[in-house]
Amino acid sequence: MSELLLELKNVTKQFKGGTVALDNISFSIDADEPSIIAIAGESGSGKTTLGLMAMGFLTASTGSVLYRGNDLAEMSGSDHKEFRKEVQAVFQDPFAVYNPFYKVDHIMEVPIANFKMASSKKEAREMMEQALISVGLRPEETLGRFPHQLSGGQRQRIALGRALLLRPKLLIADEPVSMVDASLRATILEAMDKLNKEFGITVLYITHDLTTAYHVSDYILILYKGSIMEAGDIESIIRNPQHPYTQLLIGSIPWPDLDRVWGEDIAIIDIEEDTSEESRVGCKFAGRCPHVMDKCKVAPPPLYWPDDNNRVASCYLFDDKPVLPGDDVGTLFRSKKVAVSR
Amino acid sequence: MSREHILQIKNLDVQYYTDAGIVYANNKINLELKAGERLGLVGESGSGKSTLALAILGMIKPPGGIAGGEILLDGRDITKLDEEETRQMRGREISMIPQGAMNSLNPVMRVKDQIIDSVIDHELGLGKEEMEEMVRYALEAVELDRTVGNMYPHELSGGMKQRACIAIAIAMKPKVIIADEPTSALDVVTQRQVMQTIRRIQEEMGAAVIMIGHDMGLMAQFVDRLAVMYAGQMAEVAPKEGAFRAPMHPYTQMLIESLPKLGAKGEFHGIPGITPLLRDLPPGCVFNPRCPQSFGPCKEVMPKFLEHRPNQWVACHLYENESEPARS
Ligand SMILES: Nc1ncnc2c1ncn2[C@@H]1O[C@H](COP(=O)(O)OP(=O)(O)OP(=O)(O)O)[C@@H](O)[C@H]1O
Ligand SMILES: Nc1ncnc2c1ncn2[C@@H]1O[C@H](COP(=O)(O)OP(=O)(O)OP(=O)(O)O)[C@@H](O)[C@H]1O
Ligand code: SF4
Ligand SMILES: [Mg+2]
Ligand SMILES: [Mg+2]
Repeated sequence: MSELLLELKNVTKQFKGGTVALDNISFSIDADEPSIIAIAGESGSGKTTLGLMAMGFLTASTGSVLYRGNDLAEMSGSDHKEFRKEVQAVFQDPFAVYNPFYKVDHIMEVPIANFKMASSKKEAREMMEQALISVGLRPEETLGRFPHQLSGGQRQRIALGRALLLRPKLLIADEPVSMVDASLRATILEAMDKLNKEFGITVLYITHDLTTAYHVSDYILILYKGSIMEAGDIESIIRNPQHPYTQLLIGSIPWPDLDRVWGEDIAIIDIEEDTSEESRVGCKFAGRCPHVMDKCKVAPPPLYWPDDNNRVASCYLFDDKPVLPGDDVGTLFRSKKVAVSR
Repeated sequence: MSREHILQIKNLDVQYYTDAGIVYANNKINLELKAGERLGLVGESGSGKSTLALAILGMIKPPGGIAGGEILLDGRDITKLDEEETRQMRGREISMIPQGAMNSLNPVMRVKDQIIDSVIDHELGLGKEEMEEMVRYALEAVELDRTVGNMYPHELSGGMKQRACIAIAIAMKPKVIIADEPTSALDVVTQRQVMQTIRRIQEEMGAAVIMIGHDMGLMAQFVDRLAVMYAGQMAEVAPKEGAFRAPMHPYTQMLIESLPKLGAKGEFHGIPGITPLLRDLPPGCVFNPRCPQSFGPCKEVMPKFLEHRPNQWVACHLYENESEPARS
């Protein structure tokens, strides 16, 4: 059995105000089979929290986050440094965090120096150029420039190139294209796709945009109020969603296609906010679900296999179907899927 | 000039004067809007969309200014209004849901007071009861419960906050509503509900809407016509069907081509190259350095913005010899 790169084990995150942002999530990443995994769900569903936990920026309230089998909370200095190198992140506006008076060169040099990636200036320069080329940028057009002299798409690709310098195993991209226009989105997503295919980097693509998620990802994990609603193969889930929440979500996508009418497939109650008591003890979606049954309000549903072994859905409509053994939805994100015991 | 047009923008130039030079943010923009119409305004980041919106609202501040052209609202040139007249027009005749509006609500002020606040300096001569009535109307129009008026922004969800911003924008029943990325921070479910609300209000009031954004899916589903900007200029203005199914300007063609489609998973078609600096525009067509169809005149002569198909206006040399323009 191959070693797991990152593993979230029954992780719950409760913030000080009482908000439970993640509720008993188990999810692992096997670096031997690099893929692009979309994390989707409505605003406040816990996507960013999940990404921050995976980066070790937040600690779990209960449960644990392991990196190559070591608990992040107890990791030694050298293991921690390796983790910092192998897990990289890009955000919505990557340059918001950089000093605008630093040129691109400086932004790229810092990680090379920090992690002693190069033995000479010349080697460092070559690494930078290689990284830029691999995200489709011309070094002579980007090095020597200040961030404001670059377009949004160039900046986002520089952030990707910078992450790439460190030869990471895992890239966490939190809404990397939500601020840019449609054609730049395509350019950036293409660069992400390339990092995955050519450099074997697993990408966690956090987004509320299901159109781009579908376009670039192999698998998807749908969160609602901190719980997993449906997870697995993206093609199956987008084309044929099984969980009532996923159906609402997919049905609400405004496709850039004049032959589709927005929301024509939605047969579900549209309630904006649900703070009912049921949703706290039972299925999180019970208060909005048109199929709600008594048992839905008693305990959260386990992850069932509604049709094949491509995906799981947490919904009692499938309680005659087999349940995912263990809680780890990460097992669905590998081509060698776990056998279903029927 | 036609009666049915509520808004007509003619040869509008807007410039920002910076130390590095003049930024030509809007160049010879022509655009007309009918009452009750929904127009989408798209284009790359920095192409001048917000600038155009601010110009319509009379909100371009020095070191920027309108350098030429006119903006006719109901036939009256609003670029000629003085400050006080502009202030009176804003909100009452044209109003805006600004980019990132929901995060700019005043955190220490009740929703109700924020609606009243936006109305109060219009000296409409409303009494307290009439003000309350206006708040009731606005909240009801955006489907917010009356009690929400007494709440503070932090007590509201994202969708509710966005509705509150819309309530502020429509309280005085303007004729033109400009919405700058009104739902980009919302998830698709809430987005759809909010857009339905905007559509219903707009239809009830007969107001025209200009929706600015990057989400082409939202555009396809919401607007009647699409205006596509590139580098401070209008590249194409066309009915939605024309823009999506038969785009004419090479930039529009590539933009539509770049959209994710259900059948073509994993194919990416970005537009190579980068937008020119607006203070250093190339001679000829501004798109020529990136245009795969560029030919003879493109590098030297700026193409005219002409109606090459019925209601489909395009600035591109490819079509200039094809037909005699209907108007210019
Ligand atoms: N530092 C914090 N303190 C308290 N509550 C927090 C904190 N960070 C997040 N939350 C809450 O946790 C929940 C999940 O937030 P999170 O940012 O993970 O959502 P998200 O899915 O990324 O949403 P969005 O699409 O809006 O980015 C929300 O209710 C949020 O308000
Ligand atoms: N106050 C200002 N001073 C100088 N230049 C400005 C000013 N405001 C905007 N610009 C410049 O004018 C151009 C057009 O900007 P504008 O904000 O209108 O673009 P936009 O199309 O709305 O972009 P986005 O999609 O990113 O919102 C940009 O090059 C911008 O940098
Ligand atoms: S005018 Fe020429 S360069 Fe400009 S878009 Fe048309 S073909 Fe391309
Ligand atoms: Mg987030
Ligand atoms: Mg803008």
